[in-house]
Amino acid sequence: MPRRLAWLSGAGGFALSPQVLANGWNMPVGVTDLSREIHSLHMTIFWICVVIGVVVFGVMFYSLFRYRRSRQPQAANFHEHTTVEVIWTTLPLLILVAMAVPATATLKNMYDTGDAELDVMVTGQQWRWRYDYLGEEVAFTSSLSTPRAQVRGEEARGETYLLDVDNPLVLPVGRKVRFLFTSDDVIHSWWVPELAVKQDTVPGFVNENWVRINEPGIYRGQCAELCGIDHGFMPIVVQAMAPDEFDAWLAERRDEAAQEALGVDRDWGHEELMTRGEEVYAAICASCHQPEGQGAPPTFPALAGNPRLQEDLGWQLDTVINGVSGTAMPAFRNTLNPVELAAVITYTRNAWGNATGDVVQPARVAERLAR
Amino acid sequence: MSPVQRTVSRTLLVLVAMFAFAFALVPLYDVFCRVTGLNGKVDTTAQALVHEGVDESRYVTVQLVTRSGAGLPWRLEVEQRQLRMHPGQTVEVGFTFVNQGAAEQWGRAVPSVTPSQANRHLRKLSCFCFEEQRLAAGERLALPLVFQLDRDLPAEIHTVTLVYTLYPVASGEIARRAPEAQGGEA
Amino acid sequence: MASKLPKSPLEHSAGGAGAAAESPGAPPRGLLRWLLTTNHKEIGTLYLVFSLSMFFIGGIFALVVRLELFQPGLQFVEPEFFNQMTTLHGLIMVFAAVMPAFTGLANWMIPLQIGAPDMALPRLNNFSFWLLPVAFTLLLATLLMPGGGPNFGWTFYAPLSTTYAPPSTTFFILGMHLAGISSILGAINIIATILNLRAPGMRMMDMPLFVWTWLITAFLLIAVMPVLAGVITMMLLDINFGTSFFNAAGGGDPVLFQHLFWFFGHPEVYIMILPAFGIVSAIIPTFARKPLFGYASMVYATASIAILSFLVWAHHMFVVGLPLVAELFFMYTTMLIAVPTGVKVFNWITTLFQGSISFETPMLFALAFVVLFTIGGFSGLMLAIAPADFQYHDTYFVVAHFHYVLVPGAIFSIMAAVYYWLPKWTGHYPSERLGRWHFWLSVIGVNLTFFPMHFSGLAGMPRRIPDYALQFADFNLVSSLGAFLFGFSQLLFVVVIVKCVRGGEKAPAKAWEGAQDLEWSVPSPAPLHTFETPPHVTPQPHP
Repeated sequence: MPRRLAWLSGAGGFALSPQVLANGWNMPVGVTDLSREIHSLHMTIFWICVVIGVVVFGVMFYSLFRYRRSRQPQAANFHEHTTVEVIWTTLPLLILVAMAVPATATLKNMYDTGDAELDVMVTGQQWRWRYDYLGEEVAFTSSLSTPRAQVRGEEARGETYLLDVDNPLVLPVGRKVRFLFTSDDVIHSWWVPELAVKQDTVPGFVNENWVRINEPGIYRGQCAELCGIDHGFMPIVVQAMAPDEFDAWLAERRDEAAQEALGVDRDWGHEELMTRGEEVYAAICASCHQPEGQGAPPTFPALAGNPRLQEDLGWQLDTVINGVSGTAMPAFRNTLNPVELAAVITYTRNAWGNATGDVVQPARVAERLAR
Repeated sequence: MSPVQRTVSRTLLVLVAMFAFAFALVPLYDVFCRVTGLNGKVDTTAQALVHEGVDESRYVTVQLVTRSGAGLPWRLEVEQRQLRMHPGQTVEVGFTFVNQGAAEQWGRAVPSVTPSQANRHLRKLSCFCFEEQRLAAGERLALPLVFQLDRDLPAEIHTVTLVYTLYPVASGEIARRAPEAQGGEA
Repeated sequence: MASKLPKSPLEHSAGGAGAAAESPGAPPRGLLRWLLTTNHKEIGTLYLVFSLSMFFIGGIFALVVRLELFQPGLQFVEPEFFNQMTTLHGLIMVFAAVMPAFTGLANWMIPLQIGAPDMALPRLNNFSFWLLPVAFTLLLATLLMPGGGPNFGWTFYAPLSTTYAPPSTTFFILGMHLAGISSILGAINIIATILNLRAPGMRMMDMPLFVWTWLITAFLLIAVMPVLAGVITMMLLDINFGTSFFNAAGGGDPVLFQHLFWFFGHPEVYIMILPAFGIVSAIIPTFARKPLFGYASMVYATASIAILSFLVWAHHMFVVGLPLVAELFFMYTTMLIAVPTGVKVFNWITTLFQGSISFETPMLFALAFVVLFTIGGFSGLMLAIAPADFQYHDTYFVVAHFHYVLVPGAIFSIMAAVYYWLPKWTGHYPSERLGRWHFWLSVIGVNLTFFPMHFSGLAGMPRRIPDYALQFADFNLVSSLGAFLFGFSQLLFVVVIVKCVRGGEKAPAKAWEGAQDLEWSVPSPAPLHTFETPPHVTPQPHP
């Protein structure tokens, strides 16, 4: 592939690895039967266009050359020819019909979401994804994990720059997985090219799509629908693994969740809550409220030095747990567990000069959630 | 009337008609969605029970998902997250609204159904989603969902998902509704 | 061949200067003259100058976007401002550059091409122009308001543009309303002019194609601009009056917004391309010195495209969760559009066949239009295949597609028109040497900018992102270089126009040897008042 332009972008100070280049400059064939079908449709219509293009532009450039004024001082004077006109109206029509047949078949296949072995609810949120394995008691949030320093150019950019998340979506190979898409705020669009799945997540409504992955591997994608400031910073990573590995992973996640639930009842120290809170803050809150809590008013209020936050714990609990209607602040009641909620609230009340000294125990949050 | 005036008045007529048409599209679209099941929109009024033979030859899995939108300190609990039923069968599922906040508030559960083809075959005889709810602080309110899936449900549909998202009812709407509600209680 | 032209053209326009002098009260001079003018030529000039300046403002916004995308990482602007730039670039280019340019050309040329003394409603004409500067000053002023300007893309999908929008959105809506009213009034005027003021003897099927395409465009405008007005009114109500048209929390539906928007938006796309078809259909026969092939089929093709444009809107929404039946319906109708569009391209090429072709600047732009617009048409056909669109949708492939039909499509046709009609407007030929430089730099710039976007899109780059993964770096680098080349070469266009206004080789009434239409029967430059006595057009099959 003629991609010898890397030297031009040398100023950026990175080298393209072969793995990255594998994405190339065409639609990926992908790793599902459907993605292959779509790819072949794409190539078919592409070659049809190329052939038509060669013929049409061939005639055009031939005419331009052959009938240039210096060679053809006197023009002909015809301006109608019914037969020709009928031919060039019907011929494209036939080509289109020929194209529509396989496209219709593929589309029908894409809409067949029945008989899934696993249902995953995908919720778009400004600006992260939430994955909920329906009926499996496993759910988590997945946000960008590329350090902001790489975005700012303060450190070298990794190979998967902007395409890394903290918790990838894990899926089994060979099983039909049905996705249910919805959103907590604006419209997002969940897209992984190698899986040929792209579906809008619409607030209040649920869309469906499905996938059956053929090969284990890591597949990356991005949000495709403009959803606000960090639209470019909410990637998707899918990790496809063998079914037995997947089952083990699922069991492990369930155990972890149970362990975490046990942790609710014990008394947490200030330090451990701060450490945990800092992690949660960086993954969930920092994209709007900024890494130093300075916010981006008027849309995203500052947390550092925020008087209401420091004075009114009840209000903060309510805001974090239930969200604020009509803003980018979602209800975290289902997204974060009591430990995470307690940790991040403790952290914001004691970081960046917010010196309330408060320690909010997970048990208190849990009590509030259960009441 | 001069010919120019005639042309202008005709185009103005089209203009007004098209502007009205844009607004007419809102209810038209609603009707269209209900008829075709587009967008998983659900009827907002109760439908009558239809006694038809239960199709015992097949099962349909119904998933019930509840979600919380921002700004409402409520929880919506469902007694069963998944159930298996026959087309034609009438099923009742209990839902419980819990107001965890410190104040009385209005809220609504916005329904959505997927796959959208299933929508036309879903008959809700009773649903909390038909109207807004008012819950006092700490109140728990149990409400049932009674529904049928008709026998004509396409054979290729094995799973139907009903999703309910809790949203606060805007304060302006509450103000408008308050007299109604009082009248109802009196 | 030229029998259509009136016998002694000068007769019909000679009264011009005299008539102006006779009218009670001399016309105001200076600024006031432009503010109050009701003359179709002066208003046409105002539209064109306005459009050109907005083209540069929209272009600067595009260059800010391309500058940020030059390399991975965030170097120059924050994502928030980046989103405002992409949004305003789109809005300005669509509503303030391309549409007013076509309206300007219509104002100048339609009366000249149908032998009318002026537009049917001259005072309305003045009003519809002056709405535009107000509208777009308002729109641009939102950039300075707290929370910034519109940042939700030119398609302003709810609820990003309602519940989650910056406070300035109300002003954005007001600006769009004014721009919409301006287009509607302009369209009414054009329809009234074409239907009522044609020279005696000119039947509908004798009209030049530019007039025909504009007539159909004007009907499209009348039909869909009110829908846009309706949509933004609903937004206004949602934002300020607590309604829930598009708010799921209140029982509304965000997808309804998209249906309404694209019911306007797709015909809008054709509003921006049909007049271009008319322009190219005038220029190609002129420089091929051969009548346009298939005049009647051109008219029918234009009309079918216009009608089909109302039946394809949801192809912009293939991944929004439409039911299968809807996907199939919109896929088939969209594919159908390829047929009339193909007819047009075939007609142009057959017009060239056995012609006697010369390559003056207007012809160069028109030929580039045919080639590059067709490439945009091919990618459009690919996008019509709904299953494949699940991969193309909202990627740079789409960006490449619509820029191919809009930049070397609509904008090249406007440039071709300017080069073609400048001798009529100014009485001088534009510099052929500079024109060629402008053409070749533009063609190279456009292709460098937009061709790599096909690849970055197919490889997986979403639209409207301020920063991107490393595998897209090379394509973006080339695109950015191309964009700057294209952007700066437009300064040459200004130089050509200014030089041509000031002087240059004198142009005769019929400035181009092969030109046929009525406008070439009045002197160059066209006097302020033309065709005060209508010319007699001998009815005969076109051309």
